[in-house]
Amino acid sequence: MNIVVCIKQVPDTTEIRIDPVKNTLIRQGVPSIMNPFDKNALETALQLKDAYGGKVVVISMGPGQARAVLREAISMGADEGYLVTDRAFGGSDTYATSYILSQAIEKLGPFDVILGGKQAIDGDTGQTAPSIAEHLGATRLTYVLDLKVENDKVIARRQVEEGIEVIETSFPVLCTVTKESNKPRYATVSRKLYSMSCDIPELTFADFPDIDTTKIGLKGSPTKVKATFTPKRTATGVTIEGNSPSEMARSLIHKLAEAKVL
Amino acid sequence: MSLLYTDEQKELIAMVREMAENEIKPYVQEADEKGECPRGLFDWGFKMGLHMLEIPEELGGTGLSYETTAMIFEELAKVDAGYAISFVTSFVALRNVILAGTPEQGKYFADVVKPGRFAAFALTEPNAGSDPGAMRATAVKDGDDYILNGSKTFITNGALASIMVGFFKTSPEKGNRGISAFIIDADAPGITIGKHENKMGLRLSNTTDVTFENVRVKASAMLGQEGGGFKLALNALNLSRAFVATMAVGIMQRALDESVKYAKERKQFGQPLISFQMVQQMLADMAIKIEASRCLVNNTMRMMDHGSLVQKEGSITKTFVSDCAQEVTSNAVQIFGGYGYSKEYPVEKLMRDCKVFQIFEGANQVQRLTIANVLNKEYK
Repeated sequence: MNIVVCIKQVPDTTEIRIDPVKNTLIRQGVPSIMNPFDKNALETALQLKDAYGGKVVVISMGPGQARAVLREAISMGADEGYLVTDRAFGGSDTYATSYILSQAIEKLGPFDVILGGKQAIDGDTGQTAPSIAEHLGATRLTYVLDLKVENDKVIARRQVEEGIEVIETSFPVLCTVTKESNKPRYATVSRKLYSMSCDIPELTFADFPDIDTTKIGLKGSPTKVKATFTPKRTATGVTIEGNSPSEMARSLIHKLAEAKVL
Repeated sequence: MSLLYTDEQKELIAMVREMAENEIKPYVQEADEKGECPRGLFDWGFKMGLHMLEIPEELGGTGLSYETTAMIFEELAKVDAGYAISFVTSFVALRNVILAGTPEQGKYFADVVKPGRFAAFALTEPNAGSDPGAMRATAVKDGDDYILNGSKTFITNGALASIMVGFFKTSPEKGNRGISAFIIDADAPGITIGKHENKMGLRLSNTTDVTFENVRVKASAMLGQEGGGFKLALNALNLSRAFVATMAVGIMQRALDESVKYAKERKQFGQPLISFQMVQQMLADMAIKIEASRCLVNNTMRMMDHGSLVQKEGSITKTFVSDCAQEVTSNAVQIFGGYGYSKEYPVEKLMRDCKVFQIFEGANQVQRLTIANVLNKEYK
């Protein structure tokens, strides 16, 4: 089974602070990490490889420093890593990014399974990976907990609001993965040593002679950011206290009635 | 920290720290109370490859230097030195088989350990601690075999080990020169693992008696020359002294980390403890001893990487570092005050854990004899 995992390098949001005047993220001095959901996607890929064999390729689009997350993925067990990087790709929004990544996946493929995190913790859009499926014409499954193969069919369990949905579909399939899907493994010492010296090839604009230049970079991005701001907190929470659950429930009903919700 | 770390060392340290903080640390207090480390906790270390760090790549290891290996064990010991020593002991046993044995013996031993098994080193006896020459266990030649009899005590990994290096008298009349070393499968008939020692510290480390009753091993299981066991044990101890010292540095660093954090939080007379000069002096002295210890360990490791036997340096390192560790951990408890004496806080355990470092791998008094003996020869 050939698997590709799309990985994004993001600022560690647990370390991030907001500029109180400009209301923007202070990115300076914030460490960069592998997007945590992408780590879950990588773990899903490695588990599929453990179960069915094949290889796991990781790709990331970004500046040279994004190599760090590819190396980390290789230290955890990914076989190959590719950095998609070019000035022409700079400023891409989720539409352009997903288009460029789909081109890279076609170039490196074919792949049976394409994986990504359910969203990145910096942009939080959750659009890029699902859009890749649209560009590739692959089946798209979001919020996947796990997947297995039975008689050449893919059986996936999806986490949905109502519970768990079990879906049967065919290859190729793109899945986005959540935190609940698994616990990512640690690197091993030997893979760590290998990852620090292995080659991470670049894929640049020149590697895609047939790419549609109207769909890449800032100019190919339909998204326009009008403003960014920190939303004002308007409502405050209330903690209902009491000696027993029934007493607390009575108090809650009373408050809801008071607020004319009931 | 004082050392200049390579990128590779930094990455490896960070990787081990993340695993130890997330997977081991939450269970240390409970395991310390029980005096037993669950196998599942060791599996994290095995999965990462912490049992094969310095072992050559052709034997399935990662071929790190002693220097880098020591840095990793220091990091592990910050979370729990008993956990770390389980791997260190296993590694020292395997390393010595590789150094002293034939290539076949090295491969045999490495193949047992590689999939995730522990090894042990059975030298000490109830009446032969710092004086191995007083050992009573015997190995008697019987055709192509040796028959082993005797009792070993305080054997680290005793009940966990799948394979061990054991020391027996092949010529009881010859004292130190009558000792030979053997590779022994831990499931060989006639081996009985005794009770797990209820220890003061390093309680995540398994320590038992091991009794040999007519245990038959092939003559080819002899490690090195007949009568060469004492020298082999001394070389092994040079290595293990340097490695226990690195763990004592880890314990001390943890003591300092906890102490500074507490001294900044804890307020008395309306100010944090760290604003009092007497507390500042204690913290500074702790930092001084830790830096000096770490540099000493690092230098000894690098000497070993260059092939030095470090007979004197290993003794100096182990003695200095373990003596420092007593003072540093005791002062950590002092800074925590009454809370430091409570098991609810992490520092009393550090004090318990580090006492044995003045005792094992040759008591510090014996180390001073060794150092003086070498000096006596050097100035001839």
